[in-house]
Amino acid sequence: MSERATLAMPVAGADAAASDLAGPRGRKPRRTLSRRNIILYGTLFVVAVYYLLPLYVMVVTSLKGMPEIRLGHIFAPPVEITFQPWVKAWAEACTGLNCDGLSRGFWNSVRITVPSVVLSIAIASVNGYALANWRFKGAEVFFTILIVGAFIPYQVMLYPIVIILREMGIYGTLTGLVLVHSIFGMPILTLLFRNYFASLPEELFKAARVDGAGFWGIYLRIMLPMSLPIFVVAVIIQITGIWNDFLFGVVYTKPDLYPMTVQLNNIVNSVQGVKEYNVNMAATLLTGLVPLLVYFVSGKLFVRGIAAGAVKG
Amino acid sequence: MNLTVPSSASVSVQDLSLDFGAVSVLKALNLDIAEGEFVVLLGPSGCGKSTLLNCIAGLLDISDGRIFIKGRNVTWQEPAERGIGMVFQSYALYPQMTVEKNLSFGLRVAGTSKDEIARRIARAAEILQIEPLLQRKPAALSGGQRQRVAIGRALVRDVDVFLFDEPLSNLDAKLRSELRVEIKLLHRKLKNTMIYVTHDQIEAMTLADRIAVMRGGVIQQFDAPPVIYNRPVNRFVAGFLGSPGMNFLEGRLEDGKGGWHFAADGISIPLSTYGFERNPVAGSAAFGIRPEHVALNSGEDWPFSMTAMVEVVEPMGSDTLVWLLVAGQKFSVRVSAERAPAAGDTVTIGFDPMRASLFDGEAGKRI
Repeated sequence: MSERATLAMPVAGADAAASDLAGPRGRKPRRTLSRRNIILYGTLFVVAVYYLLPLYVMVVTSLKGMPEIRLGHIFAPPVEITFQPWVKAWAEACTGLNCDGLSRGFWNSVRITVPSVVLSIAIASVNGYALANWRFKGAEVFFTILIVGAFIPYQVMLYPIVIILREMGIYGTLTGLVLVHSIFGMPILTLLFRNYFASLPEELFKAARVDGAGFWGIYLRIMLPMSLPIFVVAVIIQITGIWNDFLFGVVYTKPDLYPMTVQLNNIVNSVQGVKEYNVNMAATLLTGLVPLLVYFVSGKLFVRGIAAGAVKG
Repeated sequence: MNLTVPSSASVSVQDLSLDFGAVSVLKALNLDIAEGEFVVLLGPSGCGKSTLLNCIAGLLDISDGRIFIKGRNVTWQEPAERGIGMVFQSYALYPQMTVEKNLSFGLRVAGTSKDEIARRIARAAEILQIEPLLQRKPAALSGGQRQRVAIGRALVRDVDVFLFDEPLSNLDAKLRSELRVEIKLLHRKLKNTMIYVTHDQIEAMTLADRIAVMRGGVIQQFDAPPVIYNRPVNRFVAGFLGSPGMNFLEGRLEDGKGGWHFAADGISIPLSTYGFERNPVAGSAAFGIRPEHVALNSGEDWPFSMTAMVEVVEPMGSDTLVWLLVAGQKFSVRVSAERAPAAGDTVTIGFDPMRASLFDGEAGKRI
């Protein structure tokens, strides 16, 4: 056999027992205040402050009255805490003809985000599953086209979509906007799901086929229960993306149906009257609250989901 | 082409071809497996053995040919309709379901009644001794237990043919030999037809009624284990089976005054006791003999014997492998540990060419 090509004589084992008796033993000691740690934690601290300072200023300012703001100490904590700016931002601030604050935009955004997230994830997960497990004819071409779609700038498609929506009779409605969001979420979500399903052991899919399950049976009973982590990731991506969307919201809806982001812009950028910094800050914080909450809540779920999905075999 | 289905055949593969684009993975392959037979598909990685199994299971669409199971043409049928159960290397248990749900999944998909499902699970659990595990999830099972559940999944569906795709490759050596025996016992108890894919020759030799040795999408030899081991049809089969492997001496086949003999660099092995497969032709050839068929310092009279110097000694526990140079080529002899010589010793080796295999120089076919 070729592995035994060299018939070298085995060398007698060296005396391994001879060791330095006075040498170190046991766990290697580590200093807490090493140079490496100082640089590491110092950098982390500076970066954290850099990101948190603007948030701090916003929270502090939103809790001050206008006279206190005019004193100009933007880093000082409020002398007299008032929640009036928050109430005004939510229920009283005027945009155009409506003076019911951000609450209208909030509910519009909810009515846009929820169906868009559900619809896009439902379709994309089935897409990804079909692409990963049922290699149908033309699957590669379909996938390539989808991925190319992810790289085309939105602005190119703005006007054609206006025409399409108008012809379909849903221009300026929430339905139209939901449709647009669902379609634009498709490339990245399909890629996400395809890669996840492709990473699941192929033998599970084969076993389910031998057991007689079909396309939907395997998807609903085998794949879905194993996919919580990737669904959480998809929900995070979609909620933050759609909630923070401004461009589609302002182009494809009308003032009554503006999402929260558009309304925030209208409040903050209104040119008439005195700039109410405290109301603006409160309005901005209110708008950012939803994605923030999603991160905090689902972050935990996400970790739990990965732990639950980590099953060998 | 054989258009009739042999009535005794449980699984019959006829002229099966599979191409992935320009790459031909299986080439006009024929295989007839009798009812209740345990057949092992054996070969190195990439030889197409798992692919063939997947084709029989219906998990891969074939390019040409036909597949019969129990006399039915299943070539275009879905895996679930073929009456097969499959056990995978990674067990492929559904991680979110309990053992019981894993076992019953196929039956629930098929709409079997609750009573019937319970009855079949009880039977399978009893046969495989997994009753205490029924309410556990796969993550809480050991490798051997998972493998048993995977076998149970095929068992509850009451299939005609069991397909095993390297089912023991993920287990440690000790568990592997234990489960090997269990699979053999299971086959004796169930008497189903079983097709078993492995690259482990020990599994193949111990389990199989017949072994199909595959290479490059072609079945090289399909026969009972002793025949495959002792009378390999070509040099590939001879070299693939056996550990330590067969010794090959390169030389020439010559017709001299004492009849046919094999000549290589100063030695001449008479072939009067060798059973020729076909009429020998003088020319380059390889002489193969297994290390355990060579006697060392036996003192007996052998048709061929010579002296050689020991180069290396490899103790393997139960016995020892002694490496020599014969006709300038590496040559190993297997002896019991207590009779092992030391490196540098001069020894006498002897063997009977009756136990040897001769292959021609060009195609490596048995002579």
